Amino acid sequence: MNYEPISFWYIRTKAGALALALFVFIGLSGCRDADAPLLIEEGEQLPGGQVSINDIGPNAFGHQAPGLTGLAELEFFVGNSFFNQNWVGSPASTTARDGLGPLFNARACSACHFKDGRGRPPAHPGEKGAGLLLRIGYEEGGELIADPHYGLQLQDQAIGGVPVEANYVINYVEETGYYADGTAYHLRRPEYIIQNTEYGDFRSDLLISPRVANQVIGLGLLEAIPEEALLSYEDPGDYDGDGVSGRANWVPEVATGKTVMGRFGWKANQPDLRQQSAAAFIGDMGITTSIFPNDNCTSTQMDCQAAPNGDDGEHEISNDDLRKVVLYVSTLAVPVRRQYDQPEVIRGKRLFHNIGCTACHVPTFKTGQHPTIDALSDQKIWPYTDLLLHDMGPGLADGMPDFEADGNEWRTPPLWGIGLFQTVSGHTNYLHDGRARNLAEAVLWHDGEAFNSREGFRKLSKSERDDLLAFLNSL
Amino acid sequence: MPKIFRSSLLVLCACLVAFTSCDRTEDERNDLKDQIVANYAAMVYANYQDALEGAQTLDVALEAFVASPSEATLTAAKNAWLASREPYGVTEAYRFGEGPIDDADGPEGLMNAWPLDEAYIDYVSGNANVGIVNNTAITIDMPTLESLNEVGAEENVSIGFHAIEFLLWGQDDPNTALLTPGQRPFTDFVTGANGTAANQDRRGAYLLVCGDLLIKHLQSLVDEWNPNGGAYYATFTALDRDEAIRRMLTGIGILSKSELAGERIFTALDNADQEDEHSCFADNTHRDIVTNAIGIRNVYLGLYTRTNNTVVSGPSLRDLANDIDATLNADLEALLNSAVAATEAIPVPFDFGLTQEAVGGSGPIQSSVTALQAAGDKIAEVASAMGITISTDLPE
Repeated sequence: MNYEPISFWYIRTKAGALALALFVFIGLSGCRDADAPLLIEEGEQLPGGQVSINDIGPNAFGHQAPGLTGLAELEFFVGNSFFNQNWVGSPASTTARDGLGPLFNARACSACHFKDGRGRPPAHPGEKGAGLLLRIGYEEGGELIADPHYGLQLQDQAIGGVPVEANYVINYVEETGYYADGTAYHLRRPEYIIQNTEYGDFRSDLLISPRVANQVIGLGLLEAIPEEALLSYEDPGDYDGDGVSGRANWVPEVATGKTVMGRFGWKANQPDLRQQSAAAFIGDMGITTSIFPNDNCTSTQMDCQAAPNGDDGEHEISNDDLRKVVLYVSTLAVPVRRQYDQPEVIRGKRLFHNIGCTACHVPTFKTGQHPTIDALSDQKIWPYTDLLLHDMGPGLADGMPDFEADGNEWRTPPLWGIGLFQTVSGHTNYLHDGRARNLAEAVLWHDGEAFNSREGFRKLSKSERDDLLAFLNSL
Repeated sequence: MPKIFRSSLLVLCACLVAFTSCDRTEDERNDLKDQIVANYAAMVYANYQDALEGAQTLDVALEAFVASPSEATLTAAKNAWLASREPYGVTEAYRFGEGPIDDADGPEGLMNAWPLDEAYIDYVSGNANVGIVNNTAITIDMPTLESLNEVGAEENVSIGFHAIEFLLWGQDDPNTALLTPGQRPFTDFVTGANGTAANQDRRGAYLLVCGDLLIKHLQSLVDEWNPNGGAYYATFTALDRDEAIRRMLTGIGILSKSELAGERIFTALDNADQEDEHSCFADNTHRDIVTNAIGIRNVYLGLYTRTNNTVVSGPSLRDLANDIDATLNADLEALLNSAVAATEAIPVPFDFGLTQEAVGGSGPIQSSVTALQAAGDKIAEVASAMGITISTDLPE
């Protein structure tokens, strides 16, 4: 790879940057007339707008957004320390960070979001806290019902003296398919087997929805996309006849009781980063907040209920510390694109458009006014998502309703950063449960509303497929 | 073709800057830049050599302690650890500049990772059986302990300076008003009836492996920077001179403004929590901070005072800045001096000091944060005057 990092001239200076960017742009467009009209689009090399960062190494997901001012610039680091720290059980000598569990999936945010990157399924049976957890429940009349003993999430770790709920193994079943040119490909379909159930048996109609931890970059930018801009992509009746519908999830804002648009999580079941973070604190680590003040022990988990908690007056993490964690996860910058100006990437981008991927993976938005962080406002961003729910077909379905989302629907995930997973997170596992072992497999699992696009990919020639993957890897 | 345009434009910018102030000709200024780069490489090499010697001395003391644990050998080991931190702290000014310390496979996280979760390594208050030391299924050797570093979470630190620190001092008392560091008894390393805590032999073996690994990792940096055949020395001195200077300035800019002011000092002050201080077991955080601040100033002044008090010095960024804009240079020199002075005024122990002043107030810890931020901003300004754009934001 003969990659030359993009100079900070683009990002940090104004008049000079514009002149230079324009110069390069003209220079390139002169060379590549054959690739018109989808050449290089203005600003696409900076997916986060001004909130982009020129690092494509192992720390690429860990940079503060340029442009933070005042105390926020420093409080980012405080939020980071809470994000990284291992919580401990109560009581402990360290009152600022006790309160873990009693039941939990991980001791630290950074366990699953290691280096702020993408989690993965366990590499071997029994490996904990690598970034995959299991949501559980039953569907009754279209509603999600919690298990009376285990609740809505399986916690596979516990503090001393409290029995672990259960653990699980994954069996992968290999399936073979063929590209239109006859080349074989292989997909692995996961099957989850929950074992060592400590609090009684599950019903036979148990639903399991595995979810991996997402990369944490650019989240405040997604929060700042105007709601009407996202809703303009809704087409629940598919009136435009492209086979793609798309609809928002509408979810409770716990602090106010209002129903609002969901944006975060694999089914867009969280409205904002504060509630998303608080839900992860309670669900994944057993840390209480003002939003979720009770440890998640069910009525039959007596040891869990009896265990000491780390609540020293203002919940296990205070509102002020939660605010700093939310500041941190809101302001991690998006790394710059690599190779965005290379011919194969430009060809791949054109194919991405031509086979219809952009119907859901909407390339670009302009953020509105972020409520608390000016640096995130008014940015032209390139997240490649509409944050809407789409039916992805039976192969990916978990059958689990999640507010408005039905058992076939998943939120379009943003694609920024997906080409850096190997560098940052040390793997290339994609999709909600990490079943895809590379980007081609991820595309090939698409079905339902994405059937036509998946077929479009399957019918490409080898060199076209390579171009499309080169584009995805440049994101 | 675009790349040619781009680099020629950068050169053009540099020329424009150069011609606005004409104390030196462009050729003379290029000569100066080459000398600055050469002097920096010499400083870095000498500093890593000193850090390596510190680790070697420490290792000897650790071996003496484990062979014959006593109050005296423990104290000697602790003193060797404290001494080894002095040259190492200064080397942190060479971080964040794409050098071998923290590039993609750099050993920084294997030597200086913090904060660490004590329970990942050894027993903690209220939990006697946790940690690698007490998990007899784990082999204690160099490859195993190195492979366990930062596995599962960023605080799962198994090796490095702070693992050694924890094994020597033990957990610090949360009551910081006692003004004491950790109080681990030497008997934690005594096998047999007079020993305390379980698995003393494994604890001793663990400590020695950490000492050996520290030497190995510092040796790799000495090798990289060796002017006779070092891989990174060759790379660095062959860089475009402005790129080499950009790396030098980026390193000290990030260390000053983000890593030191934000991550290491403000976070601890804001949380008022000793868990967020760098050397919490030994209560040596004040020296970590001062040596970092001195290292930043060293890079700018092109001057490093070795452990044996000899001085490595030569043409510096200061000279170049002074040639371009004497006022700007004077401003930065003053800010770097005040940053060092501010950090030297931080009370000891740092963990108690954290509880004695308010965030945003005028106490010595907050003042250090402010001074280091100001220095970081000015470093970026000086870089800009040199025609170089740097970011002082920190990769997390």
